[in-house]
Amino acid sequence: MLSYIGKRILMFIPTLIIISFLIFFIIQLPPGDYVTSYVAAMAAEGEIFTAEQIADLRVQFGLDDPWFIQYFNWVKGIVTEGDFGYSFEYGRDVWDVIMDRLYLTLAVSFIILIFQYGVSLPIGIYCANHQYSAGDYVLSFFGFIGTATPNFLLAIIIMYYIYVKTGNVYLGLFSTEMLQNGMRWEYVPEFLGRCAIPLIVIGTSGTCGIIRTVRAQMLDEQARQYTLCARAKGCSEWTITYKYCLRAALNPVVSGLAGSLRTIFSGSTVSAIVMNLAIQGPVLLAALKSQDMYLAGTIVLIQAVLVLVGTLLSDIALAWLDPRIRFAERS
Amino acid sequence: MALFRKKTASDESYYMASQWTLMWRKLQKHKLAKFSLVILAILYLGALFADFFAPYGLEEFSALYKNTAPTKIYWQDEDGSFSRPYVYGLKKVNDRKTFKVIITEDTTKKYYIDLFAEGMEYKLFGVIPSNTHLFGLVDEAGNPARDANGKALARIHLFGADSTGACIFSRVLFGARVSLTIPFVSAAISFVLGILLGGISGYFGGVVDNVIQRIIEVLSAIPSIPLWMALSAAIPPDIPVSSMYLYITIILSFIGWTGLARVVRGKFISLRKEDYVTAARLAGVSDLKIITKHLVPGFLSYLIVNLTLGIPGSILGETSMSYLGLGMKAPATSWGVLLKETEDLVSVAQCPWKMIPLIFVIVTVLAFNFLGDGLRDAADPYK
Repeated sequence: MLSYIGKRILMFIPTLIIISFLIFFIIQLPPGDYVTSYVAAMAAEGEIFTAEQIADLRVQFGLDDPWFIQYFNWVKGIVTEGDFGYSFEYGRDVWDVIMDRLYLTLAVSFIILIFQYGVSLPIGIYCANHQYSAGDYVLSFFGFIGTATPNFLLAIIIMYYIYVKTGNVYLGLFSTEMLQNGMRWEYVPEFLGRCAIPLIVIGTSGTCGIIRTVRAQMLDEQARQYTLCARAKGCSEWTITYKYCLRAALNPVVSGLAGSLRTIFSGSTVSAIVMNLAIQGPVLLAALKSQDMYLAGTIVLIQAVLVLVGTLLSDIALAWLDPRIRFAERS
Repeated sequence: MALFRKKTASDESYYMASQWTLMWRKLQKHKLAKFSLVILAILYLGALFADFFAPYGLEEFSALYKNTAPTKIYWQDEDGSFSRPYVYGLKKVNDRKTFKVIITEDTTKKYYIDLFAEGMEYKLFGVIPSNTHLFGLVDEAGNPARDANGKALARIHLFGADSTGACIFSRVLFGARVSLTIPFVSAAISFVLGILLGGISGYFGGVVDNVIQRIIEVLSAIPSIPLWMALSAAIPPDIPVSSMYLYITIILSFIGWTGLARVVRGKFISLRKEDYVTAARLAGVSDLKIITKHLVPGFLSYLIVNLTLGIPGSILGETSMSYLGLGMKAPATSWGVLLKETEDLVSVAQCPWKMIPLIFVIVTVLAFNFLGDGLRDAADPYK
């Protein structure tokens, strides 16, 4: 198993190289570069640059080289010095800009992931065990509504509702007092309350898919002969559900883990803009818009690493769940 | 005796029916799925005949009607007796105290709602020229409510007006053309690619499996937002907006198949060692036939759930992208473009009718989900 994991981690390296290359290629695809958008932004404020100044800016930012040479230099910087480049937009090192928000992004994504699986697995199992019952319909209905509403609108609706109820607009995860005084124990309840909105908004978007999959899989498994056999030999319903059916039903759910992680990253971007959350999504979007490519490239790279780790974890979990896959890997 | 014969005949048709006929019969017993099918049929018909059902074309808007609420329809005359349904036009009034311009109903002239009224010229299916709309406004003499230049004297907005003064009801119908068809294309492409590549990967294993797995790993590790951004910026701006959206959808579906492919691969790996597959292989059945006849039907129900969840996924993706300003842009219309009008708290609080397109999004997404649910139960051979 350890050598398998080691091999897989080694496999990350070529994958990451291809991903970073692709990302860099995609970012430079639109016409123009950071200087173009910078000059356009300054022109809108009334400051006009001469062609000479523009050329100087390009040299200063290292944008006069072809993009693959820029890519090569960027990768060389990362590998040799751990230097992720310079963010034109922020005027700081990319790594510093990222560290501002990294922990919060990780925490928010992780909590949402736990919330999604924690809510949808039990509901999926319940719906399969009580197919076509009132509970099945009601729970499925709420799952569907959560999925059917676009994230940003759900956020706006919930915020509007809270505004009408309390007269306060809860934007962001921290209140002004929290930012001024730092975190104190008395702020914890409010902080948790502020976390609840993004959790519901971003979390519900994925839950329905998982509920549907678990329900469908559980129903398939419950109709199998081994379930009949287990029931005939007198296994308790609890054992049948959790030891037999669920274990087999989890296969597609576990394979989908990396996919949900990616959906959370993308989905949280839109919600984060509406709710003014200090996580990485909006920074990435702004960086892409202004073609601040080292910053955008590094953020995408970090997300890619996380998704790759998620894929590895889901593969390990699959092998652990399903002996057939375990033996296939061995032979 | 007659009863007995009838029963055996129906039994016979049950045993002789193909897998798909059986699925269709079971689907018809699933009420919610049948209902969803009807809803979807109505929505698709609405999109197909949008020119006819919509009272106004996309180019018809009026600054006077900017952000106005749904037009109030009256059923009673001033004296309280019932009359044909009618509406009033709007007029501008200056408030003498605050100098604020107020837009109110101009109650001097009534405009009656008429079925099959004359309106904007259009071509049905792009060929049949016509100017008949399902409903429209006429004045008391029965002439269309337009002045000599063809400008509308009064307008009827069932769902209110947007920030340009265009009819939201008409825009919902025209937007359905984009929002209902293109996700279909993207889901279908992802579906075929996912089964094909996932199947090859899981069935053959070895080097092929490794290569496909790496490709999937690379593609599925890239978040979709940078892709959308870059692609929508890289596509030349002079092509029609709707074909730009089609391009993006196709490109995205080439990336969206990865999740399905992983699942299919997992299923193949666990199924290919089953006795019946070995038996088929020993009997000399070709690989393609083993995949299509023996392996894929084994988890077809899961694939159908995945497909029907994929279509609403793209509809929702389109709304998010329009919100970020990466999708289609006005004057082209899709449901995502319409929902961009509700982008902040203020517009939701002031013009709640702009949320009406959301109902269409939710209904469509729910209908696809319930249909998928019914299909899943119908595809289950054990019931």
